[in-house]
Amino acid sequence: MKTMMVILLSAMLTDNFVLAKFMGICPFLGVSKKLDSATGMGLAVTFVMLCATLVTYPIHHFILVPNDLAYFDTVVFILVIALFVQLVETMLKKCIPSLYRALGVYLPLITTNCAVLGVTVLSIDNDYTFAESMVNALGGGLGFLIALVIFSGVRKKLEYADIPETFRGVPATLIAASIVSVSFMGFSGLFS
Amino acid sequence: MAENKVSLGRELTKGVIKENPTLVMLLGMCPTLAVTTQAANGVGMGLATTFVLLGSNIVISSLRKVIPDKVRIPAFIVIIASFVTLIGFLLEGFVPTLYESLGIYLTLITVNCIIFGRAEMFASKNGVIASACDAVGMGIGFTLALFVMGSVREILGAGQWMGMDIPVIHDNPMLLFIMPAGGFFTLGVIIAAVNKFKGRKPPAELGCKSCPNAKNCGKDGDCR
Repeated sequence: MKTMMVILLSAMLTDNFVLAKFMGICPFLGVSKKLDSATGMGLAVTFVMLCATLVTYPIHHFILVPNDLAYFDTVVFILVIALFVQLVETMLKKCIPSLYRALGVYLPLITTNCAVLGVTVLSIDNDYTFAESMVNALGGGLGFLIALVIFSGVRKKLEYADIPETFRGVPATLIAASIVSVSFMGFSGLFS
Repeated sequence: MAENKVSLGRELTKGVIKENPTLVMLLGMCPTLAVTTQAANGVGMGLATTFVLLGSNIVISSLRKVIPDKVRIPAFIVIIASFVTLIGFLLEGFVPTLYESLGIYLTLITVNCIIFGRAEMFASKNGVIASACDAVGMGIGFTLALFVMGSVREILGAGQWMGMDIPVIHDNPMLLFIMPAGGFFTLGVIIAAVNKFKGRKPPAELGCKSCPNAKNCGKDGDCR
């Protein structure tokens, strides 16, 4: 149980996917302008990360490894994720339209999000068990959500700031992200 | 880009400065930030990406009339992922130290939006030779950007450059620069410097216009 907590918290805070591992920077900078879209994107990523791990773990351990095909991981995983995002989108549209309205627009964006492929590959690289992989995916997704939500608040303030012209837009956003990342460095050493 | 008359020289050079994928088009941010703690790593990552980009652009442009439009995205992804697996093997065999230090980011070349973006925007519409030139140009531009990022971060953060010690800074390195926060900071400042240098208005919004997924999210050019 203790290792589970460590995996969860380190994926969420100390090794935050966005601010410490630089995965999923595009949605982090692109979709963090408003709080509601940041929340939507964060939840969609969490959901897809969990689903992707749920599918890729058995594929790796029960299909690829026994057949000595582990080097096919990248090709198979990315295809499975692309397929799965498509499936989730169709199912949500049909079964839970309200959730689809909230998350639907973000789903296609996620297919090529490196955080999702990253979380599945990391779980394999770290030799996590199935439960640990799922916890890792949950932590990664929640960490992504936290980073996006916090950053959307920072950006709201940033819009009213008087910034030198060359820095306006993306450069200022990146420097703000740097400061948010410094604040997350405060979590390092949480477990040692 | 659909016009037939494309000068190969222009395709080759546009990616280096004018349409630099990282600093001007703001694509492929994740590897730019993640592996540039050292200049050498940045160059390694850049060359690996160039290899994948060249391979995938050539294959995709030669198959552009065969791949049906509806399944082009999965088809592109499989082609790109195959080249990533290939470069993974090559690096593991011949440059194991680089393979170790790039780690998971080598796998993540698959989802680098530069490669997917070039496939979607250029290779699927142009001939093989033009696509190859485009890939080499973009690859050099990306490598150059990573090299600059890596040099700044390594010199300021570790007081070293390509294995050489830099006097003065080496004794008091600013550690922040090799930490994640320093990556965001350095990239922000470099993009601002490029904007100043080019004398153009900085882009107000990141990526979406050049994001290969913009069409998918149904909000062409503005995914908010």
